[in-house]
Amino acid sequence: MTNHHSQIDASLVKIRNLSFARGPHKIFDGIDLDIQRGKVTAIMGPSGTGKTTLLRLIGGQLRPDTGTVEVDGEAVPRLGHRQLYRLRKRMGMLFQNGALLTDINAFDNVAFPLREHTRLSERLIRTLVLMKLEAVGLRGARDLMPSELSGGMSRRVALARAVVMDPMIMMYDEPFTGQDPISMGVLVRLIRSLNDAMGLSSIIVSHDIQETAAIADYIYLLSGGKVVAEGTTDDLYASESEWAQQFLQGEPDGPVPFHYPARDFTEDMLDLPAGGAN
Amino acid sequence: MLAMLQSLGRKALDFFQRLGRGHILLLRILAGSHTLLARFDLVIKQIFSVGVLSLLIILVSGLFVGMVLGLQGYNTLVDFGAEESLGVVVSLSLVRELGPVVSALLFAGRAGSALTAEIGLMKATEQLSAMEMMAVDPVRRVLAPRFWAGVISMPLLAAIFSAVGVIGGYFVGVGLLGVDDGAYWSQMQANVDFYSDILNGVLKSFVFGIVVTWIAIFEGNDALPTSEGVSRATTRTVVHSSLAVLGLDFILTALMFGS
Repeated sequence: MTNHHSQIDASLVKIRNLSFARGPHKIFDGIDLDIQRGKVTAIMGPSGTGKTTLLRLIGGQLRPDTGTVEVDGEAVPRLGHRQLYRLRKRMGMLFQNGALLTDINAFDNVAFPLREHTRLSERLIRTLVLMKLEAVGLRGARDLMPSELSGGMSRRVALARAVVMDPMIMMYDEPFTGQDPISMGVLVRLIRSLNDAMGLSSIIVSHDIQETAAIADYIYLLSGGKVVAEGTTDDLYASESEWAQQFLQGEPDGPVPFHYPARDFTEDMLDLPAGGAN
Repeated sequence: MLAMLQSLGRKALDFFQRLGRGHILLLRILAGSHTLLARFDLVIKQIFSVGVLSLLIILVSGLFVGMVLGLQGYNTLVDFGAEESLGVVVSLSLVRELGPVVSALLFAGRAGSALTAEIGLMKATEQLSAMEMMAVDPVRRVLAPRFWAGVISMPLLAAIFSAVGVIGGYFVGVGLLGVDDGAYWSQMQANVDFYSDILNGVLKSFVFGIVVTWIAIFEGNDALPTSEGVSRATTRTVVHSSLAVLGLDFILTALMFGS
């Protein structure tokens, strides 16, 4: 019993037997996941495995077909509108392209959640915003509009905005995609240091192995709607799972086939009638 | 034959689904509107972008429509020696019909398309999604202020259109064609009724404002988050809201002036 309790306390996000489908396409098929408090947990897998969908399920933007998603003890799919929004105030999310509001500048973007949710004075808001912008190294870019920021800078401003309400959990959706090596290095360092300095719990959804493995405390590998491997970075590299090895080594063929399912190649070339029209 | 029926059925289902989603969205906007009383600045900002920025096209069109009415009206009336009634013809045409209808069509083209494109792009660039995750309800923060701005702006724009049109008719009728100045205004004053003509015209434009803004916001919010999706949604806004305005105009006219 005590053990059971300590497990609940250690996991901030608890996913059990989660299934989710979009039309006929099954994205998750009974997966179990735990996101530990204070840790950086990575969810990895090839494109199209529903990594972003998983973040949306945790954030309550989508509802699972079956199974449970609990965040800090609250069953997300069962929350009403008001309770869900209250929970989201304690969550931060970094979107793949930053998703900054394009009609206001960097400062106002970071100040946006504070102005919407608090009645703090403008003076205090200024102090808080500048502190967060300083943390991501962009205090000097406060007056720039989103269109004037580079991709990496946008993501850093969005990161400052996501942590400005001091959330308990940060979710990163493909934070490293399309970044130059310097921006990538900056983001990797920021994610880890913000997690430790602010006492956050972080979830990184990514397929960039090197960067993610460098900062993740625990990694889940997803494929075909299931968790195919999990463990620390060392565990996974040492794992005998063919799937983990294919993904980590970047092999073109293996459990994830190189070829999209098709009829036999010879038959197709000779155009023998085998059910297909073409 | 079966395929045709299937496709017809699919289209009908799609239509009713969209209609349902549109009504749910409207209800959510109305339900979330009470918060705007405390933050009316959000509505005022939108009135500037949908209303004030539409002024130029409304002013210019109103002036020309009024001038054409003056010219056409004069040419018809002069045959019966009734050119002194020009003021009544111009003002009734504008206040009852052309003011609300033409300004609503222009509004759909100018402000409706801009609203759809803006909301569609906000959706495509995940700005609405990001707001949701920041616990800010996009329906209350983004859609409701735009809706009320459209509903408030439309009758004002229609009134401005009609007023400018009357002046346009005056320029042509009195200034160029020699209709008596006093007759133009006094006939207008005697024959245009405040309640049955002007208020009914305002009511029409109020209804058009609701419909055009609702369609524009729904199309933006319902657009596929791709560049093609947004462009299709913008086109649909202009087409659907123009058709809705013309159809509703007939129904409203029949109800208001039918007897």
